[in-house]
Amino acid sequence: MSGNMNLTLKVWRQANASDKGGFVTYKAENISPDMSFLEMLDVVNEDLLKKGTDPIHFDHDCREGICGMCSLYINGRPHGPKRAITTCQLHMRSFKDGETITIEPWRATAFPVIKDLAVDRSAFDRIQQAGGYVSVNTGGVPDANEIAIPKVIADEAFNSATCIQCGACVAACKNASAMLFVSAKVSQLALLPQGQPERYRRVQSMVAQMDAEGFGGCTNTGACEIECPKEISMTNINRMRRDFFTAKLFKEEEI
Amino acid sequence: MSSFTKTFSTTMGKKLIMSLTGLFLALFLVVHLIGNLQLFKDDAGKAFNEYSYFMTHFLPIKIISYVLYLSIVLHALYALFITIRNNKARPVGYAQYNGSANSSWSSRNMGILGTILLIFIVIHMKSFWWEYHNGDLPYARYEMSLSNPADVTFTPLPFDGNPLVHSEYVDSQSGKEVVVAKDLYKIVVDAFGRLWYVILYVLSMIAMGFHLYHGFQSGFQTLGFDHNKYFPAIKFLGLWVFSIIIPALFAAMPIYIYLKQFGLI
Repeated sequence: MSGNMNLTLKVWRQANASDKGGFVTYKAENISPDMSFLEMLDVVNEDLLKKGTDPIHFDHDCREGICGMCSLYINGRPHGPKRAITTCQLHMRSFKDGETITIEPWRATAFPVIKDLAVDRSAFDRIQQAGGYVSVNTGGVPDANEIAIPKVIADEAFNSATCIQCGACVAACKNASAMLFVSAKVSQLALLPQGQPERYRRVQSMVAQMDAEGFGGCTNTGACEIECPKEISMTNINRMRRDFFTAKLFKEEEI
Repeated sequence: MSSFTKTFSTTMGKKLIMSLTGLFLALFLVVHLIGNLQLFKDDAGKAFNEYSYFMTHFLPIKIISYVLYLSIVLHALYALFITIRNNKARPVGYAQYNGSANSSWSSRNMGILGTILLIFIVIHMKSFWWEYHNGDLPYARYEMSLSNPADVTFTPLPFDGNPLVHSEYVDSQSGKEVVVAKDLYKIVVDAFGRLWYVILYVLSMIAMGFHLYHGFQSGFQTLGFDHNKYFPAIKFLGLWVFSIIIPALFAAMPIYIYLKQFGLI
């Protein structure tokens, strides 16, 4: 078909977590510009399967930008060159015919490579389990809207809650810091009345778990908020800092 | 571990130390600059030498100066600790990294800029701080007419080991204010008379401008300050005052003195 593209892919291949790994070059031929990036990889994998080669491993699930499963560090940026989208929403028309595309996994000690481009992001789950929840007593069902919440606060909490845990913030950060993720999860609860009883214990527990997982520290480069597919803002990080230092300096809750 | 050390050993606690020491150092720059503007006075260094004596002998300032030395050491040391941890957080780097797409050059090179500044501070303190405290500095005697402050006579005096040589008094009979002080001004003029020294200073001030362009506003963010109401003002201050005006005025001093020796200014 006319208008289709031929591309060269430099893909990170690594057999397992302990393998050293390295780049392998593949040709992606006759690629429609309307394909998503993952569909392009599907085409390449079909070809590899026909040749009897192990296909390229990469994470994906919903393919509509809401699950947070897809990743890929494309040409030096997480989720590729476009703003506010995940890799599954990135289309091949964003690239030029004949272009060489470098595809790498998220790089972080806390995100070990499972195979090829798939990394283990369970560190995020453990941070969530450390305190990213509200405890709710059983009993009668409370009336909806019983607790008044100002619109701006509800909106801000919802903005924070749009985080899909994809890990692009860690991948983008030069320090592999998870501050944007953790602060979004802290903020979505800290802003709302339901999150207040555990607010100061939560922030300390989640930060402690974040440090234990081996993520780096935040140096305010702002790379995370630029690369976040959900446009979570760095305001969350500063809000978490206020809560964290307040907890350490003025609150009874200790962890 | 006590709760105190626990707090300061977290990634956020370490950055808190960076922020507090860094902002204190930035504040010090303002004071340092205002004092050093005396170099631009055409009084054979009288005001500058009086200022130098004041800064080294007034007790509150002496106390703050030790806080300052401690801040420099802590800022550099914690930068090292944080960098080591951050490198451990990503032992395998990216083959292709497009950092300019999502962050400022300054923010990605704070370590390099900071190292340049640390080397500069060591040279700077050796040249002036160490010489003032431990060097065999000559003395200068100034006689300023009280009726006409522009009329200043300057007499160079040799080094004297006795600190009591320093004196400031008003001789009412002759109507003159007499000042005898260590002549740090001469040391400064000698240093800035050398071209390589001027270049070193100008380059260091450019590095300081870039360091503070990110550092000043980042320091406030680390403390949790971030609100649409005032954060634009902090960013404005960080850009115009701390990364342009202050470094430019500091850089102007060696350039001014260098050109002055040829009578160009």
